[in-house]
Amino acid sequence: MNIINKIGLGIFVAALALFTLSLGLDSYQLKNEHLPGKSTSHQEAIKVAAEESGIIGKEYTNNIAYIADLKKAFKQAQKTQEENAKNGIPDGVNEWDFRMSDGDVKSYVFSAVKASSNGLIANNKLLFFFLTIGLGALGGLIYILPTFLKIPGIKNDHIYHSSMQRGLTVNVRGFFLAATILGLLVYGFYYTGGQLLWPVITLIIIGLIMYLVLGRKNEKSHEPTKSASPNITGWIGVITGVYLIVFYIILYWAPAYMTSWINMVDPLSHAMSGNDASQWFLYGTLYTIVIIVMGIRMIAKYRHNKYQILRTISVMFFQTVFAFTLPEILIRLNKPYYDFKNIWPLNYSFFFDYNIKDMLANGSFGIFLLVWGIALALVAVPVFVYFFGKRWYCSWVCGCGGLAETMGDPYRQLSDKSLRAWKYERYIINGVLVFAVVMTLLVLYTYFTGQGRVFGFLDSYSVRTWYGFLIGSGFAGIVGTGFYPLMGNRTWCRFGCPLAAYLGIVQRFKSKFRITTNGSQCISCGNCSTHCEMGIDVRWYAQRGQDIVRSSCVGCGVCSAVCPRGVLRLENGDSDISERASETRAIHISEDEVKLLY
Amino acid sequence: MKIIIIGNGISGITAARFIRKLSDHSITVISSETDHFFSRTALMYIYMGHMRYEDTKPYEDWFWEKNRIELKRARVESVGFEQKTLTLDNGESLPYDKLIIATGSASNKFGWPGQDLERVYGMYTFQDLEAMEKYSDGLKRAVIVGGGLIGIEMAEMFHSRHIPTTILVREESYWNNILPAEESQMVSRHIKEHGIDLRLSEELKEIHDDGNGHANAVTLKSGEKIDCGFVGLTAGVHPNVGFLKNGALKIERGIVVNEHLETNIPDVYAIGDCAQINEPVEGRRAIEAVWYTGKMMGETVAYNVCDKKVKYNPGIWFNSAKFMDIEYMVYGDVPAKKADYMNTIYWEHSDGRKSIRINFHKESGEVLGFNLMGIRYRHEVCEKWIADKTHVENVLQHLGLANFDPEFYKQYDKELVKVYNKQTGKKLELKTKRGLNKVLAFLKK
Ligand SMILES: Cc1cc2nc3c(=O)[nH]c(=O)nc-3n(C[C@H](O)[C@H](O)[C@H](O)COP(=O)(O)OP(=O)(O)OC[C@H]3O[C@@H](n4cnc5c(N)ncnc54)[C@H](O)[C@@H]3O)c2cc1C
Ligand code: SF4
Repeated sequence: MNIINKIGLGIFVAALALFTLSLGLDSYQLKNEHLPGKSTSHQEAIKVAAEESGIIGKEYTNNIAYIADLKKAFKQAQKTQEENAKNGIPDGVNEWDFRMSDGDVKSYVFSAVKASSNGLIANNKLLFFFLTIGLGALGGLIYILPTFLKIPGIKNDHIYHSSMQRGLTVNVRGFFLAATILGLLVYGFYYTGGQLLWPVITLIIIGLIMYLVLGRKNEKSHEPTKSASPNITGWIGVITGVYLIVFYIILYWAPAYMTSWINMVDPLSHAMSGNDASQWFLYGTLYTIVIIVMGIRMIAKYRHNKYQILRTISVMFFQTVFAFTLPEILIRLNKPYYDFKNIWPLNYSFFFDYNIKDMLANGSFGIFLLVWGIALALVAVPVFVYFFGKRWYCSWVCGCGGLAETMGDPYRQLSDKSLRAWKYERYIINGVLVFAVVMTLLVLYTYFTGQGRVFGFLDSYSVRTWYGFLIGSGFAGIVGTGFYPLMGNRTWCRFGCPLAAYLGIVQRFKSKFRITTNGSQCISCGNCSTHCEMGIDVRWYAQRGQDIVRSSCVGCGVCSAVCPRGVLRLENGDSDISERASETRAIHISEDEVKLLY
Repeated sequence: MKIIIIGNGISGITAARFIRKLSDHSITVISSETDHFFSRTALMYIYMGHMRYEDTKPYEDWFWEKNRIELKRARVESVGFEQKTLTLDNGESLPYDKLIIATGSASNKFGWPGQDLERVYGMYTFQDLEAMEKYSDGLKRAVIVGGGLIGIEMAEMFHSRHIPTTILVREESYWNNILPAEESQMVSRHIKEHGIDLRLSEELKEIHDDGNGHANAVTLKSGEKIDCGFVGLTAGVHPNVGFLKNGALKIERGIVVNEHLETNIPDVYAIGDCAQINEPVEGRRAIEAVWYTGKMMGETVAYNVCDKKVKYNPGIWFNSAKFMDIEYMVYGDVPAKKADYMNTIYWEHSDGRKSIRINFHKESGEVLGFNLMGIRYRHEVCEKWIADKTHVENVLQHLGLANFDPEFYKQYDKELVKVYNKQTGKKLELKTKRGLNKVLAFLKK
């Protein structure tokens, strides 16, 4: 590390510390005008409950106590409404404008906290935005700067000496995985209002997959050795992972605790859409800034590699313009929020009734959105994958891929390359695809027939709630990103993304894309496998001159970049593809002589 | 039948894998170095932190049991060729029906005073790597003796840890006994550009003892003394056959084998770095200590051991390496000093880190060899051009077929054609752009 690195890192760490502390720096005073409620009936109930509890006008400097009090008061309002409902809901009032759901209570707490913030942060939003997120980005950029001055070439020195990047031992990894899964299931029990059904079904399926992988004859002797760090755990990486996991938990399920952060991006949100910021706007802002800063890092690191540079610029562009800016502009124009590059089934709520209704309510523009979304999924995916492989989406366009390729690049070597991991991968990712398709079919059934239950027992509403909870938030967010420093940067893309599964099936069976190997030049060094974020054992193929056709390959091109012997090339061309990718192929110079004997 | 292989390097392991493919014989692989096969060529990446030792193993540990290849960690002390038994360092003796010797190389030492001190190591074995690791802490300077492929790797390793490094090279330019002058100068420049102290036309005279049996300085032929805490000996390697000498086995520099990789003793074979081919095919050397030949010999010997007679034919020479940030590839005949019958065209990029050289026959015009720096060419295409004795003008017009650089990289084929046109006054033009389908169609022709 030279002096510029140190300065940059120092600024970044200071900004991150302030950012984290800022969650406790605000103070709050609830006034009548802050009281939420989507209907008059709710508003009245909340007002009464708030007044009775005595929180109005009281000063809080601690958001934990404040949120607890608010929750108590609003729960009381919920109870009152529930009591009143027993006497019958007044005429002309929609049931859910009268009764208060748990979700309502949660969002009311959130908006009350946000609106009543009245302290250091809430009164200096822009200043704190620049002191935390702004300085953090600046620190990151300064840290990256010196890389531009180095001689172009592969820059992987000391990855496995770094406490941030070296990963964990199998045991510690197993602990995190098990704890996360159990935590999700237990919380899911409460999240779905105390239903055991879904957590139990999920547990059974997890058990089944483990049985399918581990229960096979001889599997015991297939103990992976390449999966994780041999004996040392990089604790800075673990701490980073925990930080990210906690961030996602608060973001998804307890945003009321991060109102200070959301307040900081209010000015930006006002400038873009004209609205107050939500936690999703905060998330989008952070996401975009991270992709830009870490994208610049990627470009510096691969200055010699035009494929990497173009690809990185592409993900930076799609995130900034398509995922972040355009949807906000649409909202400003009173159009539905829409991310033009998000494709079903990754965009699992595309066929949800409220979304379809929203689009249909928007005239020809809405119809265009609907047709666009369907065409992307049914036409663009297979056609583009046929010509270019799934990389056109996964490592050039997609937002999850964009984050993985930029912020996640320092962790790419942590993907598990064992054969066993590959077995898990195939069951899990295709399982998620099946889940997504079934869930969507049920939702559509409900949309067209108006019936909530299918076959009398399958409730499409609870299926989609569980999908959103387990896959949409738990898998894609908490495991997907929180596990970057624990299991590599493509954990979601490799094990969980239903769109990746779909693209992968097309890539495996009907695509021109493959990685070709350069004759006999491979020295089996293992750089390609080590730095494959999808955990493909590239060397396995390269060392015998076999072309690589794998459903999971996202075409990031890093194997080709890090290969010290110029063995790998990403190519589109389908001649002889099955012959050259076949297992028995072994190209070597004495082939003719050997062949004569067959 | 019981087959024993001494050495779990690329040649021994390839032999074991192919014997298993071809037969049901019992296979035992013995090595004193590591429990499992790892890629020797990746040693540097472990030190530099690009990979862990685990990552350098091409096969997962369960692979061996599954394929019924028995691994044994021991040193073979001697071989009783008469009784067909091996004696191990733990006293055990093992009978065999057929023996494959694949013991690789050992680093050269040329009798320098102090060469056996502590802190003086070659860079060949896993143990050498451990020694480097051990002495790197607080190291103020390392001196590397010899500027071959391993010397520059060792320099890159120390450099990655910001340890000042001096390389002593006997020649007046890096590796110029193998590389043509321009390429050799390019690499010399590149080494210096990285801030490594490259001493050309300089040799080691002696290594000094610090009084405790550790090296602490070297004196050069020029008389200069350099303080250092580590001395790397990378002045080439020789076949690692010491423990077999003075017996019935015919050994010159390496173990002498015929075209079927058989030694002078029945049922005993030798492959890889330790083997010396008694009548190498034209254009090839008797001992070629490279990965690829080890692999080919391993495969060839497997057929011969399984009673399917196959001649070892390494075909057209190729090799590759990486000099810090500059990748290097060679196909065919590219000697350091071009032969009388040869003509050469050479183009170098203005950044001084990329070049293309094509050698061809003065009279017939047939293409003889390719030398690439910082640019990737396809093995199969270049090989086919050379094997088919393709005319250089034909090659030049279709250079796109050979290009193997990643997508979007700039292609320099035009510049090379320009060089040729300038040299000959012709007006050739490029005809084929790069593209996989075209390449595969060409290869099938
Ligand atoms: C740092 C480095 C980088 C290299 N890079 C390249 C490259 O880029 N390209 C290339 O083509 N080549 C390269 N080489 C050369 C290449 O690695 C060798 O040619 C190749 O490994 C030789 O393989 P082998 O199987 O013949 O022998 P080895 O790999 O040397 O294996 C021999 C094994 O036998 C064991 N052994 C020896 N004697 C005994 C005994 N008496 N009892 C038990 N076991 C014994 C040794 O411990 C060793 O494990 C490199 C070599 C080194 C050291
Ligand atoms: S393909 Fe390249 S990076 Fe992969 S093992 Fe072979 S030489 Fe190493």
